[in-house]
Amino acid sequence: MKDMQNVQHLTEEERRLVGYNADEFVDENFSGHSYVKEIILTLFANKATAISLICLLVIVLFAIFAPMLSPYTYKEINSKTTNMPMRIPVLEDLGIFDGTRKGVDMYAKKGIEDQYHYFGTDNLGRDIWTRVWVGTRISLLIAVLAVVLDVVIGVTYGMVAGFFGGKIDMIMQRLIEILTGIPNLIIMMLLLLAMEPGIPTICLALAITGWVNMSRIVRAQVLKLKSNEYVLASRTLGASPKRILLKHLLPNTMGQIIITFMFSVPHAIFFEAFLAFIGLGVPIPMASLGTLINDGYRSAMLYPYQVLCPAAVLSVLMLSFNLLGDGLRDAIDPQMRSM
Amino acid sequence: MQANDQREVLLKVENLKQYFPISRSYTVKAVDDISFTIHRGEIYGLVGESGSGKSTTGRSIIRLYDPTDGKITFCGQDISGKMPRDTVRMLRTKMHMIFQDPMASLNPREKVMDIIAEGIDIHQMYSSQEERREMVYAILKKVGLSKEHANRYPHQLSGGQRQRVGIARALIMKPDLIIADEAISALDVSIQAQVVNLLKSIQVETGCAILFIAHDLSMVRYISDTIGVLHLGHLVESGTTADVFEHAVHPYTRSLLSAIPRPNPLLEKDRPIMTYDYKTSGLDYSQGTYHDITDTHKVLGTDADVQRWLKELA
Amino acid sequence: MNNQETILKISDLSISFKTFAGRVNAIRGIDLELHRGETLAIVGESGSGKSVTVKSVLGIHAANEIIDSGRIDFTYQDESGKTVTRNLLEMNDKQLQKEIRGKHIALVFQDPMTSLNPTMTIGAQIMESVLRQKGVTRPEARQRALELLQLVGITDAEKRFKNYPHQLSGGMRQRVVIAIALACDPDLLICDEPTTALDVTVQAKILDLIKDIQRKKNLTVIYITHDLGVVARVADTVAVMYAGKLVEKGSAEDLFFEPAHPYTWGLLLSVPDMDENSDSLYTIPGSPPNLLKPVEGDAFAPRNQYALEVDRHREPPMFRISETHSAATWLLHPDAPRVEMPEPLRRRIDSMREEVKNAGK
Repeated sequence: MKDMQNVQHLTEEERRLVGYNADEFVDENFSGHSYVKEIILTLFANKATAISLICLLVIVLFAIFAPMLSPYTYKEINSKTTNMPMRIPVLEDLGIFDGTRKGVDMYAKKGIEDQYHYFGTDNLGRDIWTRVWVGTRISLLIAVLAVVLDVVIGVTYGMVAGFFGGKIDMIMQRLIEILTGIPNLIIMMLLLLAMEPGIPTICLALAITGWVNMSRIVRAQVLKLKSNEYVLASRTLGASPKRILLKHLLPNTMGQIIITFMFSVPHAIFFEAFLAFIGLGVPIPMASLGTLINDGYRSAMLYPYQVLCPAAVLSVLMLSFNLLGDGLRDAIDPQMRSM
Repeated sequence: MQANDQREVLLKVENLKQYFPISRSYTVKAVDDISFTIHRGEIYGLVGESGSGKSTTGRSIIRLYDPTDGKITFCGQDISGKMPRDTVRMLRTKMHMIFQDPMASLNPREKVMDIIAEGIDIHQMYSSQEERREMVYAILKKVGLSKEHANRYPHQLSGGQRQRVGIARALIMKPDLIIADEAISALDVSIQAQVVNLLKSIQVETGCAILFIAHDLSMVRYISDTIGVLHLGHLVESGTTADVFEHAVHPYTRSLLSAIPRPNPLLEKDRPIMTYDYKTSGLDYSQGTYHDITDTHKVLGTDADVQRWLKELA
Repeated sequence: MNNQETILKISDLSISFKTFAGRVNAIRGIDLELHRGETLAIVGESGSGKSVTVKSVLGIHAANEIIDSGRIDFTYQDESGKTVTRNLLEMNDKQLQKEIRGKHIALVFQDPMTSLNPTMTIGAQIMESVLRQKGVTRPEARQRALELLQLVGITDAEKRFKNYPHQLSGGMRQRVVIAIALACDPDLLICDEPTTALDVTVQAKILDLIKDIQRKKNLTVIYITHDLGVVARVADTVAVMYAGKLVEKGSAEDLFFEPAHPYTWGLLLSVPDMDENSDSLYTIPGSPPNLLKPVEGDAFAPRNQYALEVDRHREPPMFRISETHSAATWLLHPDAPRVEMPEPLRRRIDSMREEVKNAGK
């Protein structure tokens, strides 16, 4: 009403009745929405997630390239240079990590002033830097392989149980309950005793106990989705169960699967480390983060860096995976944020 | 409307019962002994409040549920029990459904193209990818969308457009019967009108019959040739639109009609609403039988009830 | 109407939402005034900003919501009985919670099931709200809760007191929600689509109930709805929103009998007429604008059959038609060509008038 006074006259042109132009009804309201883009943007809007993603990338890159670029190998034993302290170029000029122990330059003492062991060496004279990254590589490999196996078993089991329901589901759930009734550690130890120790065995041991969680999550999701109207629509069109499972239920469970994957990997890494720590790890001279910590732990009082270096990498790795998982969950499934 | 009887019967539902056992001692009788017929090219409006069993009826007919009892005949074939292969195929190609929530009824991970083509994919109704694409484009045009929409995901569409995609998915199969289950209740008023217009024009163009399930009586009145009123799993009254809207006999139907709000502020403000409460009404639906008021108009009730209602109206 | 006490005054309210695609200007300058005891209905499609507007009255803001400008002045009596007027937008969440929400302004949601706590008896839930008032003892609260249940038309209140929400029907639940909203004797009741989740037969009863209570307690009520039938039944004043702006406001009579904005014409026409048979329903062509982009001229112009050239460049101001009625369309400008409302609408309104005459009013 207040605007009434200051409205000027309309020009001749402005008074013309033009109506609408039907060709202009191309609506662009929603065309810009992109699900994937939104997820990525939400992901990076979260600082913790972005940092953890960068950390993870750096760790993976180091795990791949650091051993290649290092002048040492992970199994090369050198009795001359045992338990060398850390020596890192540039930083040594600042007076830290300069290869001295109690004021004595150990590198000068051994006459290897041209050598740099970034993380020092262990009691067999092996370069810990190289071993840490080889160990990370193996830990990651075991964890990812184990979790992929998890996903394959868990998703199949969960989808079948959730989709067919009824008696099938009942039997399948009881089976899981029996399986979870047996302590994981016993299954793993029996398996590791029965089979040759090595990466495949450890993977299998981890997967055998890990898939239950995945199958439960997938089953719950399928139970929720299968009464959705698009699944009903597909049924009224005569779709086979296989088609419904693969075309409708699987793609819509993918978010949950990725989230669970992200949380399972650190869990598997940790479990692998734990197995290594109780002496069921990869055979020597191979190294995983777990075996490295186990080795370093023995001389932790004298040479703390031998345990701290692999432990630090393990911590950062696990933290990054967990934070990334958190961020992904927020981005993919905002309703789960409160959980 | 009087031509109804000469027209071919498309769907015949006889004494359909759909019970859901909840526990050993408790069974929900969602649909309890209802019968009606839909003729070819007819729009049948099924109205009732939530919990009246109207959606269940639709889902039983399209066999998302296995009916507890009763006989459903569609295109001359019995589809109520275990069906032979051909019958399943006939049912799945000739009868389709449009759902209430346009967002929930479209798979969010599929493009519109694949959503619409699902039926023809399943039944292999094309010979080349080119033909598949053309079929989808033709249907998109028919429901008022453009080719460009085929490459979008459901969340890139507005509510009304999503419902059009849902209609296109049913329509591409050239069905004889479309069940529209509350197909407009999740939409805005102005969009509702668009979708209803579309459904009506489809019916005129393709001659397919529509079972229009809704709780909004004004829309049902507008679109339907014949109307059935469901209450607590019973079909309490059925007849042509004029029968039901102008000569309603059953007290429940009358209370429903009186409850429709009218956009006239001067009268609406204190227009009295007829109340109806089954518990206190003294009626027992399971005792009633169908009484013919006219050829097309049926009411459920005991002889005494119907006599009384007719007297009240006279 | 002007001599009445103003209870709520929204001036020049603009709200936008930050999204990844950019800023969505959801509310673009709204002015609204509400008097004590009045019933206002805000009508509009989803996305027109009607919910955002009333939520901002209650101080319910989304995380990505930005208030660009405006103020919401609410007049009430504080605890000492003094009449104060405060800008709700300047109060923080704690203050609002302590002084305003539930006490002076209460909200009734669309879905009664989600707004009730399923693990508490309805009696306990009503008492909880009553106990928010200072100096109320538990026995008093219980007594008050029982009275409230009776007030909302629950006859066997004593028995129902111990019921859980799932033991009640949809209509009953909505009555309980209303009872909770009324627990602290609010001045303003906001009903966000209060009957859309209910059946038609129950719908009218709930509306009548709210109307009845309103009369008894001199409540001010805001309805948000898209159902014009509901508007006709309850509203004194109607505000029509489109794309974040008020396009027309006036008394219910103004709006239904003398609509002035082409959008209102479209809305009224798209409701199927119970007494008329036509081949197709009227629909408004096109779709609402994308508020991510700045709106040039009148937001409704691209869909408006009666758009003027000026609509494309300049936003129409609110033109005053009568004391109570105003609309934002250039068609009301003295220089604009004379445009009549569409013929079918004219006919429908005439028959409505006829009906009123026949009813003897």
